[in-house]
Amino acid sequence: MAPDDVLTASAGDLLGAPGHQTEGDPDDAAVVGGSPWRLAGRRLRRDRGALAFGVLFLLLVGACLAAPLWANEVAHTTVSENHLTDTIEQDGETVNVVGFDGVPIGPTWQGEFFLGADQNGRDNMVRLLYGGRNSLLIGVVAALITTLLGVLIGVLAGYFRGWTDAVLSRAMDILWAFPVILLGIALGTSLALGGLQLGPLSISGDSLAIPIFVIAIVYVPYLARPIRGQVLAMREKEFVEAARAQGMGSWRIMLGEILPNVSSTLLVFFPLLVANAILLEAALSFLGAGVRPPNPSWGTMISEGVDRIVTAPYLAIVPGTMLVLTVLALNVFGDGIRDALDPRAKVRAKQP
Amino acid sequence: MSRFVARRLISMLFVMFAVSVITFLIFNVIPNSDPAVRMAGKQPTEVQIEAIRQEWGFDENIFVQYGTTMEKLFTGDMVSYFTQLDVVNEIWKGLPRTLSLAIGAAVIWMLFGVGLGLFTAMRAGKVSDRLLTVLALVGISMPVFWIGALMNHYLGFELSQALGFELFPNGGYVEFAESPLEWLHHLILPWTALSILFIGLYSRVLRGNILDTINEDYVRTARAKGLSERQVLLKHVLRNSMIPIVTLWGLDFAVVIGGGAILTETVFNLQGVGQYAADAIGQLDQPPILAVTMFGAFFVVFFNTIVDVVYAALDPRIRLESGDTA
Repeated sequence: MAPDDVLTASAGDLLGAPGHQTEGDPDDAAVVGGSPWRLAGRRLRRDRGALAFGVLFLLLVGACLAAPLWANEVAHTTVSENHLTDTIEQDGETVNVVGFDGVPIGPTWQGEFFLGADQNGRDNMVRLLYGGRNSLLIGVVAALITTLLGVLIGVLAGYFRGWTDAVLSRAMDILWAFPVILLGIALGTSLALGGLQLGPLSISGDSLAIPIFVIAIVYVPYLARPIRGQVLAMREKEFVEAARAQGMGSWRIMLGEILPNVSSTLLVFFPLLVANAILLEAALSFLGAGVRPPNPSWGTMISEGVDRIVTAPYLAIVPGTMLVLTVLALNVFGDGIRDALDPRAKVRAKQP
Repeated sequence: MSRFVARRLISMLFVMFAVSVITFLIFNVIPNSDPAVRMAGKQPTEVQIEAIRQEWGFDENIFVQYGTTMEKLFTGDMVSYFTQLDVVNEIWKGLPRTLSLAIGAAVIWMLFGVGLGLFTAMRAGKVSDRLLTVLALVGISMPVFWIGALMNHYLGFELSQALGFELFPNGGYVEFAESPLEWLHHLILPWTALSILFIGLYSRVLRGNILDTINEDYVRTARAKGLSERQVLLKHVLRNSMIPIVTLWGLDFAVVIGGGAILTETVFNLQGVGQYAADAIGQLDQPPILAVTMFGAFFVVFFNTIVDVVYAALDPRIRLESGDTA
């Protein structure tokens, strides 16, 4: 019994699925019989828009990873270095980095202060790249933890049913009842002062681990619920029955038979989870319950920029644009994966 | 039906109780520091902390503490240690503002979301569909506080400076009773900013639903019996595609009132319940955050129950599915 017959079945009747762009595409007929993954891969490769945005995301990640390079080689400063009383040469003139009226220099479009300076005379471009590292790190790690917990809870609840399901599902219902942003704020502010003590693990209040933990927890029900539903339906299928008849234990069935079959759902959800985690980080940081300044993130940068929007609007525009591009790239790429795997599936994750 | 309602109500009370326990735990037990110190806010004195410890019974056992917290929440004797103002009172004061924002925005996002979804579905695959679908995605990807701040600055401030009069005001709120016209004037930008995300979401969901429904048998039947394309679309396709949208609408509306409006309120300085909580975060002023979190979650649970019951009244299948035969 093929463990992925569920996917094969759905991929099979997807060819020429209603409303899908590739409807009646002669190429599709040629690939019938390929493995579902290869089929999906081929469909994704043909989706130019999704690929373009996937590449854009990789470029953004690459740029943020190269932050130290830009700081050392081009901008000749660090992420936290103040240049309040410094001057730079621009078009042959000497200009203050921060004017006497407290207004920082705008974009110079040259190595130093490429995107201008902030109110403390820090290089905006350098902070943008380092902030992006933090935002992306939080987004990806939080999404990974959410996926881990969501799968664990969803598979256990769906497979064992009964009491396990009752307890886990109720817990998910309760977590789900909180508006995402409020739960994030509540956890974020209460952990900000003293940090968190998890057994031997001690996390201080200004650590990035706090927003990561908070965001990861908040999104768990949005993944655990659909996974549970899938597993509930799947455990009645013949391939699970066959595995049980062969004498496989519950854990082996869950790991070897069930898990591979929810992997396509995870693949669809993951980019959307990262996108929403990045958005929630920004929202929490904007409200002061996320990343703690002076540590930069796109959220804290937007927050500081909005305070000075009248004199230096680029301080809010620049990090916001990077954030929108990143989230947009993830959303379009996620859509592409979904259409490639199952054009009819509808996925909806919550934005704060 | 009455059995269904009774069961939903019991389940609602259970979830509310659990929500209150979780909120209590989040604020008083999980963090690794003295709750009295956290409660006291940014720069507390020793005397203040000791007084708070006594008042909230932080030296008592945890069940007594939970009881004290809930009692304070409902007897309205929870005070912000930063402003010395009664928390529940402040929440009531902000509520009309939050409701004004949420109700107006909900109407706008439903109208435009459905309009856009219908339009793009009818033109599926054409250039206008692709363009608008991308635009919807951009809308979903924009943080509301960012686009709101830009709108407030460029449309509310710069444009007013350039024109010499306020086409849009630069934030703030005017009571409806004071001047309905000014109320509307001050809410146009916040409504728009808050709606953008949901218009994007709803149009995408509706477009997908319509394209799924359009191939159903009953739609083919409707066409076969000679109905015009317009009649088929509005009477058969749209009506069935709208069911999930209406469900989403109820849930999202509850979430926006229960806390989702916090960012929009803050950016446009509407002084609603959300902004009350947001201001408290800056001061690490715990009682307002605790109260808003708890009431927000209560409201969401309560509203979801109402939506469930209304659905069950409209659609007997839901009652039967959950084992209610009466």
